[in-house]
Amino acid sequence: MSRLQQLFARKPKDILNVYFTAGYPALHDTGKVIRALDDAGVDLIEVGMPYSDPLADGPTIQESGQQAIQNGMTLPLLFEQIAEVRQHTDIPLVLMGYFNPVMQYGEQRFFDRCAEVGIDGLILPDLPIYEYENFYQEGIEKAGLDISFLITPQTSDERIRQIDALSTGFVYMVSNSAITGAKSGISEEQIAYFERIRSMELESPRLIGFGISSHETFRTACQYANGAIIGSAYIRALGKGQPVDEATHQFVQQILKTPIPQD
Amino acid sequence: MIAVDERGYYGEFGGAYIPEMLYPNIEELRQRYLEIMQEETFQKEFHRLLRDYVGRPSPLYLAERLSEHYNTNIYLKREDLNHTGAHKINNTIGQILLAKRLGKKRIIAETGAGQHGVATATVCALMGMPCVVYMGAVDIKRQAPNVSRMRMLGAEVRPAESGSRTLKDATNEAIRDWINNPVDTHYIIGSAVGPHPYPDMVARFQSVISEEMQWQLEEHTGSAKPNAVIACVGGGSNAAGAYFHYLNEPDVRLIAVEAAGKGVHSGESAATSILGTKGIIHGSRTLLMQTKDGQIVEPYSLSAGLDYPGIGPMHAHLIASGRAEAISITDEDALKAAYFLSKKEGIIPALETSHAFAALDVMEYNSSDVIVICLSGRGDKDLETFINHFDDYQNGAL
Repeated sequence: MSRLQQLFARKPKDILNVYFTAGYPALHDTGKVIRALDDAGVDLIEVGMPYSDPLADGPTIQESGQQAIQNGMTLPLLFEQIAEVRQHTDIPLVLMGYFNPVMQYGEQRFFDRCAEVGIDGLILPDLPIYEYENFYQEGIEKAGLDISFLITPQTSDERIRQIDALSTGFVYMVSNSAITGAKSGISEEQIAYFERIRSMELESPRLIGFGISSHETFRTACQYANGAIIGSAYIRALGKGQPVDEATHQFVQQILKTPIPQD
Repeated sequence: MIAVDERGYYGEFGGAYIPEMLYPNIEELRQRYLEIMQEETFQKEFHRLLRDYVGRPSPLYLAERLSEHYNTNIYLKREDLNHTGAHKINNTIGQILLAKRLGKKRIIAETGAGQHGVATATVCALMGMPCVVYMGAVDIKRQAPNVSRMRMLGAEVRPAESGSRTLKDATNEAIRDWINNPVDTHYIIGSAVGPHPYPDMVARFQSVISEEMQWQLEEHTGSAKPNAVIACVGGGSNAAGAYFHYLNEPDVRLIAVEAAGKGVHSGESAATSILGTKGIIHGSRTLLMQTKDGQIVEPYSLSAGLDYPGIGPMHAHLIASGRAEAISITDEDALKAAYFLSKKEGIIPALETSHAFAALDVMEYNSSDVIVICLSGRGDKDLETFINHFDDYQNGAL
């Protein structure tokens, strides 16, 4: 069983998945951020690969990516950072990012290197399931990586079933029709969508992301799915200039509002 | 056979590499664009507007003095005479009719120099639809007259403040708008780029160019086929239209002219077929200019319509397979060609189009050849640039 599958088997609800951009705020913060998130009680970490043209992201994640690229972030460096931090933590790590840098690195070389440094899964938002099945499924499976696909309020039931069947990590439920960080608060319409998906009894675990930014929105999302994903709100917290450790602990505390579990 | 497959691939290029949020819109287009475009009522309305509003057919003009100079037979396809001054309107008329049939209520577009923005704002005024045009904040400053035109036509021009704040970022912002407004909005892409079915849809709307060329050439020369078709390529919409009906006529040479900027290897260039590598830009697998880490870089050309970091997937395929010949032309040579055409034929071409004319100086041909150049736009918008360099040209300093 992969680290991701072990997590969902061990903890079927209230999963807190936090996204951050690798190389942000400072180039060598990647490992520090991962360890701080792990210490603070986060269950799963999405490591964002910075990209010049992130189509599905709002200003917060765009700017953090620009900053990371300016800092000198590259995929080879990211892999070194991950390999290093992997010696200190067993938390499931998922790489999230756009497909162009993956192609430039070499697709299979990328998948193999991910597995080698201890990445557990991938989220590639601009790699649709058609292209995945026809060109990349075999290579990703061969490398032993999990993959998670997105669904949105507009995704048809038939396509949700296909996406569920192809996802080996989790189904990433985009909470509304918007780019990341677009709004906060959860509407009745969104609740209806969460309920509709819940009633489909998918095989994969579901995590809700986009617009989750507070204890309240996190709790609401957790009522309808196995957990939730926070990105922009954490990036904003990291961007305020506090030390990474402090900013991370405060932020996760605000979201969970429960004592940090002690090992 | 050169044609797009049902998933949008031309050989290995094309496809639809889009976030899931865009899937319903793109899938609806993919399933319906051909059927809608083939409807008799659609065709009637499209061709009526092309005739009565755009002013088509655009003339095919035998440029005698230019032909004499180059010792061959050069015909100019006069897209510069269209309403709004370029070929761009062929596509915006087609797409707005399609948008209406899809029940869309709001139009968005991206623009670089502003030509596609003006063509989109124009058809939105014509149809009474609200229009938002995304334009890089840098380009808004550089292209003030076109910004005023769009506003006068009733469009809202929104500055793209992300990334390098030029065309690629305006395109990103338009895509983000579409993600945020998936139900009521249609995105009119201006070039033969983007996720399938856009490259094919834009090529089909622009294919009226080569459709007319066929019968016009037949009248002029007795044959519908020229020896060569020359067009400038940024994203590649005028080239796609000029090549379309000749794609599977291997004895018709297709010449794609890119912007070399200050020189292909000067670090300031937009010669994508030489400098580009395989990757994904704006949802399409194609050739694009990027760093070794896969970050998209900002290209350079004096002409704002050619400084796109990618190239349409059809053109990537045509060039990679050897069907089309790519030629790159510097800013200087394009300027010289513009001044030369102006004096020889009394036609001031757009700076983009001027690159196509400069190709005559570097390509090989026979004196008996029939060569068609797609004169994609007029040079009014570039007057300031032409004025700035005119003294140098006259002094022989260019």
